[in-house]
Amino acid sequence: MLMMSMEKIDDLFALIAEKQALYIPADNKDGAAEYTRWSEGVRYSSALNTLRSAKDFFFPQTENLVDFKMNGKNIEIIDTRKEAEDFVIFGVRACDAKSFTILDNVYLSEPVDTYYKTRREHGTVVTMACTKPAETCFCGTFGIDATQPGGDVECASDGKNIFFEAKTEKGKAFVESISSLLSEGDTSEVEKVKENTKEILAKLPLANLTTDAFGGDKLKEYFDSDKWAGLSESCLGCGTCTFVCPTCQCYDIKEFDTGHGIKRYRCWDSCMYSDFTKMAHGNPRLTQLERFRQRFMHKLVYYPANYDGEFSCVGCGRCLSKCPISMNIVKVMKALEVK
Amino acid sequence: MNNDTLIPHLGVVTDIRIDTPDVKTFRVEAPEGGKVFEHMPGQCAMLSIPGVGEGMFSITSSPTKKEYMEFSIKKCGCLTSWLHMMEPGQQITIRGPYGKPFPVDTELKGKDLLFVAGGIGLAPLHSVINYVRDKRENYGNIQVVYGSRSMEDLVDYKEILEEWMADPSIEVNLTIDREQPEWDGHVGFVPNYVKELNPSLNKTVLICGPPIMIKFTLAGLKELGFQETQVYTTMELRMKCGVGKCGRCNIGDKYVCKHGPVFRFDELSELPNEY
Repeated sequence: MLMMSMEKIDDLFALIAEKQALYIPADNKDGAAEYTRWSEGVRYSSALNTLRSAKDFFFPQTENLVDFKMNGKNIEIIDTRKEAEDFVIFGVRACDAKSFTILDNVYLSEPVDTYYKTRREHGTVVTMACTKPAETCFCGTFGIDATQPGGDVECASDGKNIFFEAKTEKGKAFVESISSLLSEGDTSEVEKVKENTKEILAKLPLANLTTDAFGGDKLKEYFDSDKWAGLSESCLGCGTCTFVCPTCQCYDIKEFDTGHGIKRYRCWDSCMYSDFTKMAHGNPRLTQLERFRQRFMHKLVYYPANYDGEFSCVGCGRCLSKCPISMNIVKVMKALEVK
Repeated sequence: MNNDTLIPHLGVVTDIRIDTPDVKTFRVEAPEGGKVFEHMPGQCAMLSIPGVGEGMFSITSSPTKKEYMEFSIKKCGCLTSWLHMMEPGQQITIRGPYGKPFPVDTELKGKDLLFVAGGIGLAPLHSVINYVRDKRENYGNIQVVYGSRSMEDLVDYKEILEEWMADPSIEVNLTIDREQPEWDGHVGFVPNYVKELNPSLNKTVLICGPPIMIKFTLAGLKELGFQETQVYTTMELRMKCGVGKCGRCNIGDKYVCKHGPVFRFDELSELPNEY
């Protein structure tokens, strides 16, 4: 398989960045990894995962949709979209790579969201197999293999070398573009690392969590469960879970008066917020119980009902480590589960 | 340009009718004249005054009206208050059509139809009523039961009097909640009136109005022997995208903007009561 010495990783980044914008996980000043645009001096972080998910690249936190110029009774509608630049995201983990397909189901189904589609077309996803999964990891629950992360190009490292395997046409072109740094190499070491990782995965505390009790046909089992009250009781409605979640895809459309016209933009929204469904005449989800229930029913029942049984969770574990009251989807699944 | 559903079209408000103290009907045309887009009865459109907001409204006019679209809008919140302040000639933005229409050319074809509307709930049914009137030969008996708080609150009262009540091929039954000196028609709530009228069980019913009216009308119809599969309604929840992606108008796994707004009651009763 084609490989490259880890020592040449900065050369690799320089080569990629000659042609395209390159984003890699890099440690910020607080020691947490975040996707950072590569430039000379930015160091690749081998952290298990980034603080925020990789969804920003295709579904940014805020994005301009359209501008309006108001002139008396007249309105001018201005499409401000420009040709997007090609970019590479390097080091995406299996969970985040899978999350893109979950967003694709929503945004690439008819009518296609062209803002999202354009970004998808211009982005090349280079993944990296996990070697040190954490106790909060449960991607296996959703059928994800952390040692085979997919993407356009799938990478794995044995500590000394990185191996590259193109998975798509786009991936082939990418591997071709960096071929000057690659050579054929023996995969026996990296295969051992993968086996070792699989052993760790099998022993993780959440390794036995399954989705068997959930799915698109389970609405009646869980909607009126008496467990929701207790589960949602301490929820602050802060929305942190939705913002760090790689699969949460709800958005709001808002406007801003620049003084020279109106910018209409979309931004992430959260079903955990009280005004998410508020209308002039009332709100169908009046308490945090309904909002909390919506988030988990969506991930475990509604989404699978609409998208062929697939769940809207990839087990990345971000909500497990970030929720201020330590509530998370694992606790919800365990509490609700009717066997 | 204009290749994404989120980018709206321009519309011009060419006529504004004051229907009731809090309902106005806005006629919308493309800047070059004609309709901005075609629709089917029961479908909705996103109207916006940039800088104020955007909201989903049912298209009140029938698709058989070739020159323009109309929207009957009740002043209720921020955007609707701004819409009510508009003057003719004002441009707005419009995108759509969104949602699943009433099955006028399939399930409803050949059927006897009973329309039950309350207050501004006439708006979405108005489109269907005029559609079936214009294609009268495709439908059986047509009956409209419409009620409001008072005479002044009957939306499109002029059209109802001059066109619907003058049309011998349909039966129109009006009611108001409380007695008024100038009113010699029926007085009482819509659900009770429907029961009094005792419609024949072969009718297909289309209901729209305040939730409480829908609830009691449905209960009354069931008492009379109607099945949920015979009754349609149209729903409304907060919407942003209109195409089932922004994630807020769902009832269970169904998005009102995409799978609705028109639902048959047997479909609705499968969903959680979260609306």
